[in-house]
Amino acid sequence: MIGLTHYLVVSAALFVIGVLGIFLNRKNVIVILMSIELLLLAVNINFVAFSAYLHDIHGQIFAMFVLTVAAGEAAIGLAILVLYFRNRGTIAVDDVDMMKG
Amino acid sequence: MTAGVFAFYLFASVLLSAGVMVIMARNPVHSVLWLIVCFFNAAGLFILLGAEFLAMTLLIVYVGAVAVLFLFVVMMLDVDFATLRSGLARYLPLGLLVAGVILTEILLAVGSWRAGDSVQMFDVLAGTPEGMSNTQWIGSVLYTRYLFVFQAAGLVLLVSMIGAIVLTHRQRVGTKRQDIGKQVAMTPAKAVRKAQPGVGQGVEL
Repeated sequence: MIGLTHYLVVSAALFVIGVLGIFLNRKNVIVILMSIELLLLAVNINFVAFSAYLHDIHGQIFAMFVLTVAAGEAAIGLAILVLYFRNRGTIAVDDVDMMKG
Repeated sequence: MTAGVFAFYLFASVLLSAGVMVIMARNPVHSVLWLIVCFFNAAGLFILLGAEFLAMTLLIVYVGAVAVLFLFVVMMLDVDFATLRSGLARYLPLGLLVAGVILTEILLAVGSWRAGDSVQMFDVLAGTPEGMSNTQWIGSVLYTRYLFVFQAAGLVLLVSMIGAIVLTHRQRVGTKRQDIGKQVAMTPAKAVRKAQPGVGQGVEL
């Protein structure tokens, strides 16, 4: 019998994979953005699992809003990335220090 | 083992291994493709949980839009991705340490967590209310109680769309573009010049 805990464990593992992705690909912004998508997906799984086991629809509504914000964030992040590449010719995160005082 | 249990373990294991492949793949294009596998399996989990609408939304929004956007950008940028991965071995111990700590903490929290007395947890999944599908149920709450939040979500999408356009739009030099304001502000006096040149002198343009 699959219970709430199973889903929470899967979501926790996916979240940790996302965090690890940010750590391992410290130089590659594209993979960092993908890791953020993984984090948001893990959160969504949590929301939907609780929604299902509490017999309450509001968790799914919130998951939809998380989806909205994730889509907007990906669009803006990739736009900034393209702009940065156009100006500097690289996407290495270490080089991002133009605004350093 | 029933089909539901089997499906859960199948989706969960493929989801997690695809997630590992996303962050470990050498080629970012492969990362994006593994990300799509992730989304498909997460959609499968959502369906097991009875959230069909969200599962389909996940596929349409993520696979149809976000993943394609990632693919566009990855293929558009001419970057040497091998050099970007150079620090991997250096960051691996610290990353694994942090990941292990976070995973342990979350698992401890999940293991010791109990719902409060006023909250009724169910062992079985939620059916939808009488005569309603999952989509209808979501709509009946989203368009009433969460109407303003829904509008705000639309505003977020509008702002991010305008932001992305403004950020990436650039004015190329040396191209002729239509300038409506200039056209409307044009008067006959500015556009037409009368000249009466003498014979053989020509007109200076």
